[in-house]
Amino acid sequence: MDTFLGSFTFMRDRLPLLLDKTGQHLWMCALVIAISLVVAVPIGLWLGHLHRGEFLTTSISNIGRALPSLAVIAIGLGIIGLNFTNIAVALLITAIPPILSQAYLAVEQVDQDLVRAARGMGLTSTQVLFKVELPLALPLLFSGIRIAVVYVISSATLATVAGGGGLGDIVLGQANYGLQGVIAAALWVAALALLADGALSLAQRLLVPKGLRAAHG
Amino acid sequence: MSGGPVIPDFGNPSSCVANDGTFCADWFTAHWSNLFWPALAQHIELTLIAVVIGFAISLAAAVLAHFKGRLAAPVSAVSSFLYTVPPLALFQLLVPVTGFSVLTVEVALVAYSLYLMFTTILTGLREVPEESVRAARGMGLTRRQILFKVELPLALPAVVSGLRVATVMTIGTVAIAAYVIDEGLGSLILKALQSPFNTQFLGAGVLAVALALTADALLVIGGRLLAPWAHTRRAA
Repeated sequence: MDTFLGSFTFMRDRLPLLLDKTGQHLWMCALVIAISLVVAVPIGLWLGHLHRGEFLTTSISNIGRALPSLAVIAIGLGIIGLNFTNIAVALLITAIPPILSQAYLAVEQVDQDLVRAARGMGLTSTQVLFKVELPLALPLLFSGIRIAVVYVISSATLATVAGGGGLGDIVLGQANYGLQGVIAAALWVAALALLADGALSLAQRLLVPKGLRAAHG
Repeated sequence: MSGGPVIPDFGNPSSCVANDGTFCADWFTAHWSNLFWPALAQHIELTLIAVVIGFAISLAAAVLAHFKGRLAAPVSAVSSFLYTVPPLALFQLLVPVTGFSVLTVEVALVAYSLYLMFTTILTGLREVPEESVRAARGMGLTRRQILFKVELPLALPAVVSGLRVATVMTIGTVAIAAYVIDEGLGSLILKALQSPFNTQFLGAGVLAVALALTADALLVIGGRLLAPWAHTRRAA
């Protein structure tokens, strides 16, 4: 129990250090999430819209899920060496599959009667995507993004292995910071993951059209 | 490598090992039996224990929640909370309580597997068509018989898909468990970090990935054998 109490003393005493590492951590995660969103969302939505590439998206998501992040970092260390690219690649492999597969499924699962009705009303293919399919797909799309964000925040702890900084420096730095420091940083990472998840669920509530909220909670 | 005294225990390193090449097959095969195989075996053992215990708990909890709907929300809230805590953090948080032990690792691993399996099994049970249950009731089956003879078999594809995700996740998390106990493929990766040697990184990393893919494939095959009618229904 003393260790847990000690961790709070650590948080108070070393707040600047924790905030500095948190900044690095969040910057790294934000960068990776931004890249994966830019890459995975348009591809997933477009493939879903065309009802093509189910095999591609499901296999990418299965393989991505099967790759253990530490193993990917290790393989990267062997091939690329110790640097930020290595971590970014490992984190992208963690983040892209859930976003891509959920984006695809989200659009693909939209009720085809609605799509046909929209087309019958004279909407073009692009309009159908942006005015009908996308709004209906938002809840599922968000669930994919939430999974990815939580994964990335937690996996980014491992960045320290490849010298990437972030809170992992403290979580894995028992020699320098003691068990109190380790626990403090671990609590900090857990809180970050939960906060990010909470923030996204709030954003989801604001963005998803009213009519859909009842159906998806 | 010609002539001169050589440090006895290390023998003659091949040029690949001496230059720290990307992957030295000779070093890998030479150390398979004393380094890689034991780590792989430990990795499999840690994964199996966690998945079996996690599965038993999730199945019991899901069946209970299926019968008593009120239980579903709290169980799912607790398990999803545990799932959100990063593995490395959870391991470290448990250390003051259970020490640097296998118990710490298994508790954390089981905690992770719960959410994935509980939600998929419960969804599977709830998706069983109402008509099938009513037909079974009409044939005079008791509630327990309906569960074992109708609902669980029909939920099997969902159960298998939950098991797949949980197993693959667990294999990945066991690698991280090496920060707590000196076991599994992760410990080879950590040791390689202290004196960077590419072959050890690659060997352990590729083995972990191969293990995850193999386990996933085995579960897919097992699922198809057990529920041959439904292998197209749940591709994801």
